[in-house]
Amino acid sequence: MTVAEDSRVRLAPGVMLRHDRNRGAWMLMAPERVLTLDDTALAVLRACTGPDAPTIGGAIDALAAEYDAPRGEIATDVLELLADLRLKGYLAP
Amino acid sequence: MSCTAADVDAPYAVLAELTHRCPLRCPYCSNPLALDPASRELDTDGWKRVIDQAADAGALQIHFSGGEPCVRRDLEALVAHATAVGLYSNLITSAVLLDAERLARLKAAGLQHVQISLQDVEPEGADRIGGFKGGHARKLEVARAVVEAGLALTINAVLHRHNIERVDDFIDLALELGAGRIEVANVQYYGWGLTNRAALLPTREQLIAMDHAVRARLPSLAGRIVVDYVVPDYYARRPKACMGGWGRRFMNVTPSGRVLPCHAAETIPGLEFETVFDRPLAAIWRDGAAFARYRGTAWMPEPCQSCDRKEQDWGGCRCQALALAGDAAATDPVCELSDAHGTVAELRDRDAAAEVPWRYRGAAG
Repeated sequence: MTVAEDSRVRLAPGVMLRHDRNRGAWMLMAPERVLTLDDTALAVLRACTGPDAPTIGGAIDALAAEYDAPRGEIATDVLELLADLRLKGYLAP
Repeated sequence: MSCTAADVDAPYAVLAELTHRCPLRCPYCSNPLALDPASRELDTDGWKRVIDQAADAGALQIHFSGGEPCVRRDLEALVAHATAVGLYSNLITSAVLLDAERLARLKAAGLQHVQISLQDVEPEGADRIGGFKGGHARKLEVARAVVEAGLALTINAVLHRHNIERVDDFIDLALELGAGRIEVANVQYYGWGLTNRAALLPTREQLIAMDHAVRARLPSLAGRIVVDYVVPDYYARRPKACMGGWGRRFMNVTPSGRVLPCHAAETIPGLEFETVFDRPLAAIWRDGAAFARYRGTAWMPEPCQSCDRKEQDWGGCRCQALALAGDAAATDPVCELSDAHGTVAELRDRDAAAEVPWRYRGAAG
């Protein structure tokens, strides 16, 4: 499964981003599943999903600027992560 | 005690069995043989306290289940309460009592996900095994309404001797309905399922054909639908981590408020179960005797104790060890390293070859 830079992604039905105070962690809540997110995954999901989210390419631009990192490296990481989350059903096109 | 309270992580989910009442009579029902009557069910305030306590215990999700949870008129109120305390709500339902209007109310209350069980892919076989005429057509209608409402849909395909050949059709149907997830759920032989094992257990040939069919489909399904598929125990070489390990991820509250490590745990003699009237869920989870009994690895006998998989499968299923080896503290006999593994093959081959009618689940009074 590949995810293109000119496309957008959104959280699949029944998937939500939630902070759990108890565990001190951000999580993706999904049907009968929970995925604990690290800081990178959280930043990518915040940049790429939501009602006003840009295209994935736009989100990569924003992340590269925010973290002052080479765009190519950011793009590789973001596309890989999103493809994995798509494959596992957390994201929808 | 198997481990100290300080070692215990919070539960991920609480299964709230709101009722044992159900219009269906599936012969593999996971409810106990001794069903709670309606008169013993916790009332609305009782369940709201359970929901508060589930959140306090650190649970992230709640599964409203049964019986058929939709027979409870207060389901909307309970979902709303779960949402208010920050729990993610799943509804595990036969769907025959649902319609678009009630789904809209449940969604407004914060429901996120609906899991609908299907008994077969065509009405005749499905309604026969469910013992409820018109059930299948109703389920399909409600499944479509779930997707239209923007809720996540899981199809629970319950496989046994009489429908296992249609596993491909189940997957096609789930895709057609727009489900985000399918559970390819082979019947588990506890409770009613155990009493009907000789009527429901598939043959080895059926099992192999089903397994090949599912594995052949998996690559093309990735990214389209999440598939939860577990090889059925009776034909497996290693056990599965039942409930993700005893007292590790789930706690189950019965209609009358007994607090269990798994829904079949009451079959185990000698375990004492607390109720929601005794102590808060967090305390029962942390050091309740029934939860501590098989939690972790200290309780394990050989060959589990020296096995490098002991923290993967957690010794398998205690109820199955009881049912097949006569001892809940034994290694799950599904494991090929168990002394009792031969028994599984014997019982399996005997029951798979039997030709007996199934007995429908009884009614909860």
